[in-house]
Amino acid sequence: MRTTTFIQAINEALKEEMRRDESVFLIGEDVGRYGGLFRVTRNLFEEFGEDRVIDTPISEQGFMGMATGAAIVGMRPIVELMYMDFFLVCADQIFNQAAKMHYMTGGLVNVPMVIRGQHGGGKRYGSQHSQCVESAFAQWPGIKVLAPSTPYDAKGLLVSAIRDNNPVVFIEHKMLYFTRGELPEAGEELIVPIGKADVKREGKDLTLVSFSYTLLEALEAAEELQAEYGIDVEVVDLRSIVPLDTETIYTSVEKTGRLLAVHESQSNCGIGSEIVARIYEEAPHLLKAPARRLGMAPASLPVSQKLEEELLPWKKNIKAAVLEMLQPVAA
Amino acid sequence: MPISVEADILSSRADTVIEPAVLSNETLTKMYRDMVLIRRVEESLLELAESGKIGGAMHTAIGHEGTAVGMAAALQPDDYLTCTYRGHHHSLARGMDPKRAIAEVLGKADGFAKGKGGSMHFLDPSLGLMGANGIVGAQVPHAAGMALASKIRGEGRIAITFFGDGALYQGVMHETFNMSQRWLLPIIFYCENNRYSEMTPIGRTSSVRDIYMFARAYGMHSLQIDANDVEVVYAAVTQAAERARAGDGPTFIEGITYRLAGHMAGDLETYRSPDEIEAQRAHEPLVVLQRRLLDRGADEKTLAEIRAEVEAEVAEAVEFAQNSPWPHPAETYTDVFAL
Ligand SMILES: Cc1ncc(C[n+]2csc(CCOP(=O)(O)OP(=O)(O)O)c2C)c(N)n1
Ligand SMILES: [Mg+2]
Repeated sequence: MRTTTFIQAINEALKEEMRRDESVFLIGEDVGRYGGLFRVTRNLFEEFGEDRVIDTPISEQGFMGMATGAAIVGMRPIVELMYMDFFLVCADQIFNQAAKMHYMTGGLVNVPMVIRGQHGGGKRYGSQHSQCVESAFAQWPGIKVLAPSTPYDAKGLLVSAIRDNNPVVFIEHKMLYFTRGELPEAGEELIVPIGKADVKREGKDLTLVSFSYTLLEALEAAEELQAEYGIDVEVVDLRSIVPLDTETIYTSVEKTGRLLAVHESQSNCGIGSEIVARIYEEAPHLLKAPARRLGMAPASLPVSQKLEEELLPWKKNIKAAVLEMLQPVAA
Repeated sequence: MPISVEADILSSRADTVIEPAVLSNETLTKMYRDMVLIRRVEESLLELAESGKIGGAMHTAIGHEGTAVGMAAALQPDDYLTCTYRGHHHSLARGMDPKRAIAEVLGKADGFAKGKGGSMHFLDPSLGLMGANGIVGAQVPHAAGMALASKIRGEGRIAITFFGDGALYQGVMHETFNMSQRWLLPIIFYCENNRYSEMTPIGRTSSVRDIYMFARAYGMHSLQIDANDVEVVYAAVTQAAERARAGDGPTFIEGITYRLAGHMAGDLETYRSPDEIEAQRAHEPLVVLQRRLLDRGADEKTLAEIRAEVEAEVAEAVEFAQNSPWPHPAETYTDVFAL
């Protein structure tokens, strides 16, 4: 194994799938000659040319719709949204068109496309460029939603997403791009299945479920809780938001008896609400204490560094939430 | 391979010729001061960004000063204005205090939006500055809505909206053009064509060579001007404003200019050559205006004094902004809903 950045892992998945399957193509703003604003599609234009790595004008609704059309007739488009926040300007094409096509046509039509890009805060981009988007997508049947936290999962899941026959939203995070992790050699096939969560840290006192960048904050919080309080947190990385792997979550809670779901986006109507609701419906007997969720307070991210830090449910807040849930154990 | 920008400089269509205004030396000297101020604020912000004090995306308007200053002089101080994330210059030209502007970009408590909006969301409703926007094209229907409100309420105010050459490819632009022309709204659509949309030269993605031709399809009065000449901008916006106030409806202005700095702070500018930028420096708005003032008898000493004065004013504003406190953490949770 070698280590690479998150960006490199995605770039490799794109490159290898484009080599393997001629129907795969990329489309988006500055993805071609420039190699993407965050350099994720670097060097692909040089290898695959302008028919397969397509620079667009700022016409999200147009190119999202065109990707949908191309997918309907058997291509496998990968659309980059420069910032995930821009899904809003092409929302009809994603939600009302691509997502529902298979169902509305009684299964006659498939839309095998990937929508990828970065979301999230932490870099002071402000309200219109920092929104976490996963729960919006999760509300619409017909779309799969992935949000990996490591280069390994990013590469393996992106390969699965490209080969999937449905619209798949693949969510990256601006804070993850330069993080590093282990990856098998380039060219060695790496597939991570969609719909499988992964235990990233084993523990016995509490199950912390998270995904995307927040997962890394959660892992750090877990280490510190261990060192400072002797609390042993199990950290489950969802990786897939839709479909959701509740089995892995319940298996973990069976051991720990406590569940905390953490994400960067708002608590209100977030994935954490879903996870907590599900365990109460499906496996309440596993809980020794009330299940909880931790997300952002309802405000859109401000530019000011101090206010942004205040709002993001990162390490400090995660530790506080775990301690609150484990008062007796810690005491 | 950097694309030459020669190919898309002003085309000489007879119907777009506009007689530049001939302004007094006093007015031009004031304009020179305003332009130098904008330039110095932007340069200082770039320095602050380089030292890590500014996060996110900060877009400067270095090279666009003539547009903002010519516009501000041609409009009434309460005319509505919306613009893009590249919007420091419009606000400063309309009288925003540089201290509060810089404090906002730094995310400080003295920023005009308490540090919540930052560089991409400049505004000051008391100056008619109704908001810069981070989403390409989004501010354009807002301005048309303000023009509509003004028309309904008989305010006599007009609206101007600024957008880039890259915005024309958003559908909402065309929806707005059609309604504004059909309803003869008092609005000026002003395209700051700086030849690039992020890293992409405009010719690479547009099927239309001259952007102002888009508006012609809607029957809109539309012209293309040299926006590096402040007297030309002033004349064009003055005429457009007269038309709007007279009830003759919208005007589309394509102002050709050039972005001398990167798309945003930290842009490595691998997509264009230093030679290309250098060649543009000969026609940039400050150089053009300075040359004109000297030709018309202004003395270099006065201009040098102005530059020194502005330098000191901006240094003081930077100092003020850096010393401004962080907003109180409780501010994080306010302003979600209006009371
Ligand atoms: C809807 C939308 N898509 C993409 C972006 C990302 N983006 C920000 S600026 C920009 C280029 C805009 O170019 P132009 O309109 O020419 O304005 P300029 O930056 O040159 O002033 C892009 C693609 C965005 N902010 N909004
Ligand atoms: Mg531009």
